[in-house]
Amino acid sequence: MSTVVFAAHGMTPAERLRDAGWIAFVAFILGVPLIGLTTVDVGGRLAVNTRFGLLAAAVAVAFGGRLALRWAFDRLAARKASRQRAGSAISRTQTIANVLGWIALGAAVALPIAFSDNRYVVDTATTVLIYVMLGWGLNVVVGLAGLLDLGYVAFYAVGAYAYALLSTQYGWSFWEALPVAGAIAAGFGILLGYPILRLRGDYLAIVTLGFGEIIRVILVNWTEFSGGPNGIGSIPRPSFFGLAFTRSAPEGGHSFASFFGLEFSAMHRLIFLYYLILVLALLTHAFVSRLRKLPVGRAWEALREDEIACKAMGMNTTHIKLSAFAIGAMLGGFAGVFFAARQGFVSPESFVFTESAIILAIVVLGGMGSQMGVVLAATLLVLIPEFGRNFAEYRMLLFGLAMVLIMVWRPGGLLAHREPTLRLAKAAGGEQ
Amino acid sequence: MMLTMEGVHAHYGHIHALRGIDVSVQVGEIVTLIGANGAGKSTLMMSLFGNPRASAGRIVFDGEDITRLTTHEIARRGIALVPEGRRIFPRMTVLENLQMGAAQADPANYEADIARVYAMFPILQERQNQRAGTLSGGEQQMLAIGRALMSRPKLLLLDEPSLGLAPIYIRKIFQIVRELNRDHGMTILLVEQNANQALRVAHRGYVLQHGEITLAGSGAELLASPEVRAAYLEGGAHG
Ligand SMILES: Nc1ncnc2c1ncn2[C@@H]1O[C@H](COP(=O)(O)OP(=O)(O)OP(=O)(O)O)[C@@H](O)[C@H]1O
Ligand SMILES: [Mg+2]
Repeated sequence: MSTVVFAAHGMTPAERLRDAGWIAFVAFILGVPLIGLTTVDVGGRLAVNTRFGLLAAAVAVAFGGRLALRWAFDRLAARKASRQRAGSAISRTQTIANVLGWIALGAAVALPIAFSDNRYVVDTATTVLIYVMLGWGLNVVVGLAGLLDLGYVAFYAVGAYAYALLSTQYGWSFWEALPVAGAIAAGFGILLGYPILRLRGDYLAIVTLGFGEIIRVILVNWTEFSGGPNGIGSIPRPSFFGLAFTRSAPEGGHSFASFFGLEFSAMHRLIFLYYLILVLALLTHAFVSRLRKLPVGRAWEALREDEIACKAMGMNTTHIKLSAFAIGAMLGGFAGVFFAARQGFVSPESFVFTESAIILAIVVLGGMGSQMGVVLAATLLVLIPEFGRNFAEYRMLLFGLAMVLIMVWRPGGLLAHREPTLRLAKAAGGEQ
Repeated sequence: MMLTMEGVHAHYGHIHALRGIDVSVQVGEIVTLIGANGAGKSTLMMSLFGNPRASAGRIVFDGEDITRLTTHEIARRGIALVPEGRRIFPRMTVLENLQMGAAQADPANYEADIARVYAMFPILQERQNQRAGTLSGGEQQMLAIGRALMSRPKLLLLDEPSLGLAPIYIRKIFQIVRELNRDHGMTILLVEQNANQALRVAHRGYVLQHGEITLAGSGAELLASPEVRAAYLEGGAHG
């Protein structure tokens, strides 16, 4: 039966279901001791507790995941074959990136289920996703449009403070504030974009660096507005379609736990936040991937390659640059809103230059313009310092060392390949 | 008259690169511009595009004064440039490069224009999904020309298209120039170091020296002129 597992593509639906069923069965066998049964400490004695609901969920994920993975592999193989027919060079890196993408997505969806009572893991994963989102946002500006931005954290700050102020001062909810904060951040992106239209490379980097610092310094000093160094606290947490994650239900209403008849757990909110940022990140990814295939996205890339040639082709480089800044800033703003909602507290300390540097490092290590590369790099850059905790003060040293090693190992970034945005549908060309 | 430049001056800071240029191009003509390194040939072409902007004088294209327009506005009027050094988009594929050329064109023509470019340069079709930066120099030059044609220009500017190419490619490029003009009625302004071949394909030519036009005439006249022979043909490029 296990021969099915590595069978070539072209499986019938029945075969696929059988294949996935087999994996689900393995997951069930493994899952009973690992997930289904847990020991709990009851008054000093160990008792066995069953978690069959969770087990069922895990088995279902294994089943669905296997189906999706199988399908993805087959499609990849099919695409690879058609590419070979088209006579173009197939890129191994891109294939790896695709497979990694599906695995990462499956893992990301399953993670809170597998670690539903591990606060640390869910929290760290949420942090990774915030950086993924920031990386994808900055990728538009640096990776696609080729505009070196060292002050990206400013837009993250604008989004975070916009939500902090709108929610604490005007009682806006997370979902109301999200688009508005994104728009405000985009506005700041254009504001920054205008004066630096003529700058490139090093000069652009210096000015954006200054912009990032200006925003931070304003936040520190304009105490009436931003609370100064103390920041803004008691920011409302996002609710689940109006259901708050509180221990007790409000008068005449429901909390999340009471509505679903669950026992209250602080993990519910963490898991919800995790899925929230996952959804935001996936939307960002879909949005950016789509843009790349539209004229505006291709114009960004052309701008990165050669500005003069762009102009000579009738492209308005002013609009192209401003749109890149605005969209990058908006995505940073969204991440900021989420950050503020998750922390419940914002202060200028979260928006220092080091943050900009880390986000930029994620884009560069990931391979400038590669969406999957950003995911890998963000994961590495968040996890390395976490694993490094054992090394106490050597932690940041380890972090720096890892970055240097990655760049030596892969000078173009982890996934430096750029996937073309279009191919002719028919295998035109071939042989003449 | 498709294009006229009247008394055009241009500066880079305090460098006075063009000193009162009078040049005209008629519909259906190939006009060539020859001159030594640093004479101002590229500057002349770029000043047509407002980059650098003419500091004095007037540029009229298709009956419209374009002296004050921005580069992209001028390009949208129907002038396409194959810049010096090709300036293709190296990390984008051949097909994407061609598509960028059509960025401002009517999408309805896209398929037909791609087919036309591929018919002219079959090698581009074979390489269409390859990164443009990995093409050979000659192939990149063909791509640059193909990309410029994708916008269906009324006037095509070619800045030293034969630069750095092997003789077989140079012949091919000049043949393309002639075909574009003869079969497609394309009006062309051609800058060349390769004076001999350029003057052979061109209807008319100008000689540029230190930012000034020193000689003008038909291709044959210039080929026969002793000054041109002395300065640009003998001892220079053969071909
Ligand atoms: N961007 C620039 N900044 C300053 N000076 C420039 C610039 N571009 C050109 N020049 C100067 O203007 C003059 C004309 O240059 P141009 O590039 O037009 O020469 P050219 O005739 O095209 O030469 P070549 O045959 O070598 O390409 C030269 O003296 C050059 O140094
Ligand atoms: Mg030149």
